[in-house]
Amino acid sequence: MDFLTPFQYEFFTRGIIAAILVGGTCGLIGVYIVLRGMSYIGHGMSHAVFGGAVVSYVIGFNYYVGAAIWGFLSALLINEISRRRKIKADAAIGVVTTAGFAIGVLFITAAQSFHRNFEAILFGNILGIMDQDLYVIILVSIFTVIFVFFFQKRLLFVLFDKETARVYGVRTEILEIVFALILALVVIASMNSIGVTLLATAIVAPAISARMLTNNFLRMIIFSSLIGITIAFLGMYSSFFFDTASGSTIVLFGAGAFGISSLYAFIRKAYHSHTHGSVKHTHPHLHTDQHLHKH
Amino acid sequence: MGHGSLHEKGDMPSHDLDDGVENLLTIRDLTFGYMPHNPVLEGINLDIPKGRFLGLLGPSGSGKSTLLKIIIGLHRPWQGYIKFCSNEFNYTKSFNSTSSSLGSYLVNPIKNSISTPFSLIGYVPQIESVDWNFPVTVMEVVGMGIWNRSGVYPWFGRRTRENVQRVLASLGIADYAKRQIRELSGGEQQRVFLARALIGNPQILVLDEPTSGVDYNTREKIFGILTDLNLKGMTIILTTHDISGLGKRLPWLVCINKSIISQGPPNEALTQQNLLKTYGLATDKDDPVGKMGDSLSISTKINSPEKGLDATTHEDKER
Repeated sequence: MDFLTPFQYEFFTRGIIAAILVGGTCGLIGVYIVLRGMSYIGHGMSHAVFGGAVVSYVIGFNYYVGAAIWGFLSALLINEISRRRKIKADAAIGVVTTAGFAIGVLFITAAQSFHRNFEAILFGNILGIMDQDLYVIILVSIFTVIFVFFFQKRLLFVLFDKETARVYGVRTEILEIVFALILALVVIASMNSIGVTLLATAIVAPAISARMLTNNFLRMIIFSSLIGITIAFLGMYSSFFFDTASGSTIVLFGAGAFGISSLYAFIRKAYHSHTHGSVKHTHPHLHTDQHLHKH
Repeated sequence: MGHGSLHEKGDMPSHDLDDGVENLLTIRDLTFGYMPHNPVLEGINLDIPKGRFLGLLGPSGSGKSTLLKIIIGLHRPWQGYIKFCSNEFNYTKSFNSTSSSLGSYLVNPIKNSISTPFSLIGYVPQIESVDWNFPVTVMEVVGMGIWNRSGVYPWFGRRTRENVQRVLASLGIADYAKRQIRELSGGEQQRVFLARALIGNPQILVLDEPTSGVDYNTREKIFGILTDLNLKGMTIILTTHDISGLGKRLPWLVCINKSIISQGPPNEALTQQNLLKTYGLATDKDDPVGKMGDSLSISTKINSPEKGLDATTHEDKER
């Protein structure tokens, strides 16, 4: 079989462009989510957005706009509940987003029949991507990259030391609102290709894989985006040959990337670990005859 | 700046400030609390002239860290007046406290707390307040201090990198720029935070428990650095619970417990009566300054185990 065969099909070419863009964007935004300690929000947001998408479709509102508003409001609600400190963010995410998902399911079961295939939103159907979906993905990807590029210093400051960032004039509340909006947009752009039930891994897996590979923030962003692109390409490409669901295949490649990077980190640590008397420690050094390293 | 110039006990910077020295910070009748009708601070009046090296001293839950956070703009007072350089802020009575709520930032998206001119302040939080495993370098952390003056690109330009290098060199950690912060010791972490605070050339340096959780040598190094900075004209405000190790060596102390109990040089501020009011403890009669800190520690442990002089305060928990 010719390895270029899939590219003869327009739907595949369109699908793989969408997958690469979604993979890269999820990888990029995932770094900020993972380092913020809110990995679960990707899972939650995707579920919440499903409710918004179904409700908008039922009431005849624009599918993308409705889902975006719903996702944005869910993110604001999560931020606000977790800010109160009595309830932790993960609990707030669990309730708010699952409730959103439940509303979507309720509408589907109540109305019984739809023209639109909501299975694609749940589990992803990257080969069914239309031109309109691709335009949304391209726009959201560009918007996300621009946002991260110009707000990188503020985002980093807030992630590392939010309180001091406020003292130094970073408008943390506004930044969090804008970030929530971007996340909602990324989730919406990705849900047709990966599916809301699988999206969390596409957001988190590249970032945690990159974290295992480097301790440098900028490198982590680059690695995470590249891992996102790679797993999207490989997942999409192999799904064609193995005739599997593209979303699931991409997500499994993501899990595989995390497994490989964890193994690499384990081996690297074992290689650089050594003992001095009863003290065992790990840091980069050369395993030469002289066992060169600096403390 | 000689970071290594350790200052012996009793070697303290000058506090001979002229009466005519202008106030950098003026606070009048300030009240604040985290819960309505339950103020943590009440009727606070404080003048801080340029060049003062001042320590806020008090037990757990006394409001010293809260006052510090009002000064740096993290909390909005219920009422009172604050003048910082030429910027004046008046607060009428309201129970809108602590951090911004959804409603408040939708109504006023610009700022909810006091609009402290942040470029004039260098802030050093407690080193325990951040995750030191976070994947950033010393250069990136110090550069955060001038995030708004280092270009719009995600990376630092040559001028910023030189600035960072200059500040690091002045604190004796010139070689640390490319190091990951997870590789640093407690004292080095504190110096990195100091570098971040100093890089913007602030007029006032604010430190929250700078010697909390550090060993004796590190504490002495930090005190030495702060003393050198003060001798060069920097105004410094810090909070501390450590009377004997740091508090009594500062040129000016403010004893605080909900309101200001006393202030002045240690031998005036730390009288038996003032300490009794501040800590609510029995103390040695003949030793208002010398061994007071030690005896306080002992008395505290005996008399009030739940209200010790440890770094973990009510305010820490609030944070």
